[in-house]
Amino acid sequence: MTLSLAQLFRAAVMIAALLGLAALAPAARAQVNIDINQGNVQPLPIAIPSFLGQGGDAELARNIASVVEADLKNSGLFAPIDHKAFIEKITNTDVPPRFGDWRIINAQALVTGRVVRQGDGRLRTEFRLWDVFAGNQLDGQQFFTDKNWRRVAHLIADMIYERLTGEKGYFDTRVVYVDESGPKDKRVKRLAIMDQDGFNVRYITGGDELVLTPRFSPTSQEITYMSFGRAEPRVYLLNIETGQREVVGNFPGMTFSPRFSPDGQKVIMSLQQGGDSNLYAMDLRSRATTRLTDSGAIDTSPSYSPDGARIVFESDRGGNQQIYVMSSSGGGAQRISFGEGRYSTPVWSPRGDLIAFTKQSGGKFAIGVMKPDGTGERILTEGFHNEGPTWAPNGRVLMFFRDQGGGPKIYSVDVTGRNERRIPTPGFASDPAWSPPLN
Amino acid sequence: MLRTKRYGAAGKIAAAVCATLLLAACAKKGGADGMGGAGGYGADGAYGAGGRGGPPGSQQDFVVNVGDRVFFETDSTELTSTARSTLDKQAQWLSRYPRYAILIEGHADERGTREYNFALGARRSQVARDYLAARGVPASRVRTTSYGKERPVAVCDDISCWSQNRRAVTVLQGGAGS
Repeated sequence: MTLSLAQLFRAAVMIAALLGLAALAPAARAQVNIDINQGNVQPLPIAIPSFLGQGGDAELARNIASVVEADLKNSGLFAPIDHKAFIEKITNTDVPPRFGDWRIINAQALVTGRVVRQGDGRLRTEFRLWDVFAGNQLDGQQFFTDKNWRRVAHLIADMIYERLTGEKGYFDTRVVYVDESGPKDKRVKRLAIMDQDGFNVRYITGGDELVLTPRFSPTSQEITYMSFGRAEPRVYLLNIETGQREVVGNFPGMTFSPRFSPDGQKVIMSLQQGGDSNLYAMDLRSRATTRLTDSGAIDTSPSYSPDGARIVFESDRGGNQQIYVMSSSGGGAQRISFGEGRYSTPVWSPRGDLIAFTKQSGGKFAIGVMKPDGTGERILTEGFHNEGPTWAPNGRVLMFFRDQGGGPKIYSVDVTGRNERRIPTPGFASDPAWSPPLN
Repeated sequence: MLRTKRYGAAGKIAAAVCATLLLAACAKKGGADGMGGAGGYGADGAYGAGGRGGPPGSQQDFVVNVGDRVFFETDSTELTSTARSTLDKQAQWLSRYPRYAILIEGHADERGTREYNFALGARRSQVARDYLAARGVPASRVRTTSYGKERPVAVCDDISCWSQNRRAVTVLQGGAGS
């Protein structure tokens, strides 16, 4: 699809509105890059009437539109308009809407769509995104599915999000986490995978073993995690499609805190050696292991930079937990956290620009971010007891878990610190880790 | 002065925990959580059935009369004087009853991040093992593991519980009935 200059301008203005910026010149498409650290974003008013569907598919059509609406609303960047305010009733998605009717209710964008049952039984879902003030179609797409309608809705929401913000969406993603049940001293923990909005929860381990800190492979249907297995705590690799699992490496002690490299070829983790814990990387193809630290300290929670060149980790080598960055081949570790308190669980943003962490200070546990050089520290949320941040693939939203005594729950928060939300889960939930983009 | 007082309190807590431990251990016996070491305490059929203190050389004797656990200060792996005297008694008892192998479990309280607490628990179990080794318990009899903050014994959200959860527990393995 090609857009006229006028269309581009309108899109730019809409993005400006989204950002709370004053205005952008028509040729300023390059400025569509959002400064994700800008505060005070005014959510963009958007109208998403129910999609159209015939007979038995009418409810499905409504549900798809509702999920699109929920995704956009939950991002904090969009303000879906109450359907009761709508003037025009959309009856045909092939003709342009009456833009005037939508301008009156201050909708800046309008989404229309329909669901059509095809001859082969599959569903075709079409949607169109309209710029209400320019009176133009900004985007339009169709998807085919047999039953995974929620995924179609997330894909549509991603396209709308990307078209209007200039950033990749994150709605068609999943989260692996630890489902917790039972009393605190005998907690049963199971690995679970859910869509990013908390739906489609699937349990992938049975609860007979203590399992912790699952992480998605960036490139395959695999998860690495720590489990007590039958005897000693070890890092495992689990294929979530075949159910096949194996211990990672043949180490003499406890291995824990695993994470994949960005190319999916390595797992990096801690190995307990006497009273110390050191970082090791294992190449999944050659099975070769490389020792990366040897500091006579507790080195743990390693996370690669997105280009794979560096590793951020926590260490108590200086007396208490602080964050360090070193080369991914080991060596040259530089401390980057210098604020008051103890810093732990660093995770590098997929965009490379920030490192998220847990910070303990004065009995409180905060989730924060800082630049990889340690400057620009910002606290996103604080209290007892927040822990374990994970990044959405677009680096704009984080999840973490919070346990205020009753049991842990998963929350999401924008990288600006706004829009903190609980992610609904069937049981207590901890250790979330976001998937890479699914498509 | 403050420190002395605190150690005294820890001693009292230790006694209280030992009393409740019998129940916990019994409950654990039939559990399907797979967490207890194979052949660990709780596998002894007679365990908990005898009188307080149990027959000399029994697991109950060890737990009640010697003390199976030592406690640590916040974020510390240093052995307190109370902890050292408990480990001294453990070493004597273990020398008298060499049929037992032991597993030392290191634990942390909940006020720390998961990964760090695994490492901290591991370090606590190592410290206890090293101390026992120095008191004549050969390293070949001793395995160590860490549960991090995953298995608190005391469940509440204040200092009284946290202090009980920062522990290294010496678990007798094998030797039952011999």
